[in-house]
Amino acid sequence: MQREVKFAGFGGQGILSAGKFLADGALEEGKEVAWVPSYGPEMRGGTAYCTIVIADHPIGSPVVNTPYDLVAMNRPSLEKFENTTKAGGFILVNSSLIPDRVTRTDVHEILVPCNDIAMKLKNNRAANMVALGAYVACSGVVSLETIIAHVPVTFARKPQFVEANIACIKEGAKIARQALEKVL
Amino acid sequence: MAANTIFEKPVAMTDNHTHYCPGCTHGVAHRLVAEVLDELGMRERTIGVAPVGCSVLCYNYFDCDFLEAAHGRAPAFATGMKRVCPEKIVFAYQGDGDLASIGGNEILHAANRGEKITVIFVNNAIYGMTGGQMAPTTLPGQVTTTSPMGRDVELTGWPIRMRELLSSLRTPAYIARGSIHSPQESIITKQYVRKAFQYQDKNTCFSMVEILSTCPTNWGMTPTDSTKWLKENMIPYYPLGELKTPEGGDGNFERMTGISE
Amino acid sequence: MAKKLMKGNEAIGEAAIHAGAARYFAYPITPQTEVAEYLARRMPEVGGVFLQAESELGAANMIFGAASSGKRVFTSSSSPGVSLMSEALSYITSAELPCVFINVCRAGPGLGGILPSQGDYFQATRASGHGDFHLIVLAPSTVQEAVEHMMIAFDLSDKYRNPVMIFADGLIGQMMEPVDFDAIKPGTPADHSAWATTGAKGREKHVIKTLYLNPLDNEAHNRHLAAKYVEITKNEQKHEIYGGLGKPSLILTAFGTSARVCKTAVDVLNEEGIDIALFRPISIYPFPAKALDVLSRKQHVKQFLDVEMNNGQMIEDIRLYTRSAKPISFFGRQGGIVPSPEEIIDEIRKVMIVDKPKKKAAKK
Repeated sequence: MQREVKFAGFGGQGILSAGKFLADGALEEGKEVAWVPSYGPEMRGGTAYCTIVIADHPIGSPVVNTPYDLVAMNRPSLEKFENTTKAGGFILVNSSLIPDRVTRTDVHEILVPCNDIAMKLKNNRAANMVALGAYVACSGVVSLETIIAHVPVTFARKPQFVEANIACIKEGAKIARQALEKVL
Repeated sequence: MAANTIFEKPVAMTDNHTHYCPGCTHGVAHRLVAEVLDELGMRERTIGVAPVGCSVLCYNYFDCDFLEAAHGRAPAFATGMKRVCPEKIVFAYQGDGDLASIGGNEILHAANRGEKITVIFVNNAIYGMTGGQMAPTTLPGQVTTTSPMGRDVELTGWPIRMRELLSSLRTPAYIARGSIHSPQESIITKQYVRKAFQYQDKNTCFSMVEILSTCPTNWGMTPTDSTKWLKENMIPYYPLGELKTPEGGDGNFERMTGISE
Repeated sequence: MAKKLMKGNEAIGEAAIHAGAARYFAYPITPQTEVAEYLARRMPEVGGVFLQAESELGAANMIFGAASSGKRVFTSSSSPGVSLMSEALSYITSAELPCVFINVCRAGPGLGGILPSQGDYFQATRASGHGDFHLIVLAPSTVQEAVEHMMIAFDLSDKYRNPVMIFADGLIGQMMEPVDFDAIKPGTPADHSAWATTGAKGREKHVIKTLYLNPLDNEAHNRHLAAKYVEITKNEQKHEIYGGLGKPSLILTAFGTSARVCKTAVDVLNEEGIDIALFRPISIYPFPAKALDVLSRKQHVKQFLDVEMNNGQMIEDIRLYTRSAKPISFFGRQGGIVPSPEEIIDEIRKVMIVDKPKKKAAKK
């Protein structure tokens, strides 16, 4: 088994940390994992993306041009990466910021209004956590419980954020499951 | 009954004959440093750093541990050694081409970081080992093999006063300039050298003593004429004295030089 | 300590501490700056030394000074910075000081780019500075291997009194992978009191120098170094052969990150019954010549395909140590692009020499 997902958005959306969260979850479940960031000036406010490779065997190439899934947090990311994913995978679209729809028919489109949900839960900056919960729920690459259990570890120094982030992850997962039922 | 010893070679010097030209003042500068190492009882915990230039072989004359640096990098070598062995005494011995030209960046930043090292900076206003080329410290009008018509400050800028340049840094330091063209000045210069090592020993600050020195061979003069030339030409441009002391704080620059006038 | 997800650069920094080398001098440059950032936080916790130098020139020459103490010290940089360090590398090697340099290689020449590259292979294995000398160079292909190589690097540099370079690239530096520090075995730092400059107390003075004005002395010194490289070449060749179905006819040759990508290509084609394998040099100096020579003499090996993230540098060693006895082709990406498994597979299919009449059954 090997599965790859690209998280993409603009700098400041917490793209790299959402990916790190997923990678930590995979590691906790004893899987092989590689987290490959885009780096350099483009990190500072421009497009940010990272690819997470999760496998049950040692990972060969950590550089994956055609990931299985895509989590697109803004419009340019969807435009740029929509056609790079494999057939049969998920494209999770942050519909709060992306008015477009996925044009391909060989992938599963999951619409999640990440920013709206985060705002509703009074945790404006946690749209990335909503997306993470949503992605984990529909892909099943790691269990949602593992991700939730990891929140207090990541926020060990900011315990006041633990509950709010868990709420975002759970809500993202809920919305994604509902969307998934329609798709499949 | 044995005669009283009134003069002897410092323990921190070897018995080797130096390779320096007749009349060169490197030997005096070496001796001042070695006497201070003896007097402060530092020899056994001192590591010297030799430059590239005439004094590259100075480890043959000092009887203490020594590194031979790449050109201009002696302050970086000394920094590395001192940072991992802060209990040692580390000094760099550098000439003016080495320190003020190719190693300008290394000395600037070692001083600015306040490395607890001592730099002995021998300034004779010329490149010695390579045969008398213009140095950043060469005086206006001074003839060298690469300024055969005399240094033209319009083309090559004015000589760098390293003592003044480094003293302008905010980081506390001990920075002085002495000369060894006469016994009297040598005695004063030795006091500067002694203070420099003491400041290091107390872990107080970076210290540098610039020593005005002669190069009879490349200046094309007799040793006697050289000392006269140094006194008449170098000292007016490179005034002697302590310019910066750690006690003086940031304000001592203007007070000690009167540069504000 | 369980496995921990770490960036390659941070893992390299932590590994040095495990190796007893909590003394680091460096200058920031992408894509290796995280080594310095990590150690700036970490060194005070372990009582180590961290100093941000004024330049790579300063950092590398500080390493000379620090290594002269006989203590384990190291620095890291990326390609343009390593060029500035070449001065010190030459002096340090001549002075026979143990220490470790890391090159998190990025695309050149010139300022180039900040993305992963293997363009400094020649620099690392042949021309690290002026004069006749060699570094020992290890090329990890995963973060965990980079950590293991740090342990080996300090031990080798102690053993031979020669600097060791870890040749990584921007991908290894920047990506995160699980690292297991329990699995590594730090060696014991060697006793260097016979030559280290620590103050001439109760002994003759020690002088560490590289100037030999007498040509006969200098020749003797060069011969001494050369003899050391012969020893190193004899003892320290490391390689891996990966994949294959018994009698591979095509051998991929690649190191570091490109080797890792090749592994995926090998897996995919082996699955299809196509018998190819990968030869991965782990030490790129000394080059694993013996093993490649043996491999190239096998009857079933018909050809080589060298894959690098440059215009073809290691391929010269492949030609040399296979005596060009079999056809060798090249596939490379430049400019900071990591080749994909797909394009390597396409290239293999394109260049593969197929025996026409006989149909071979693939067997496990």
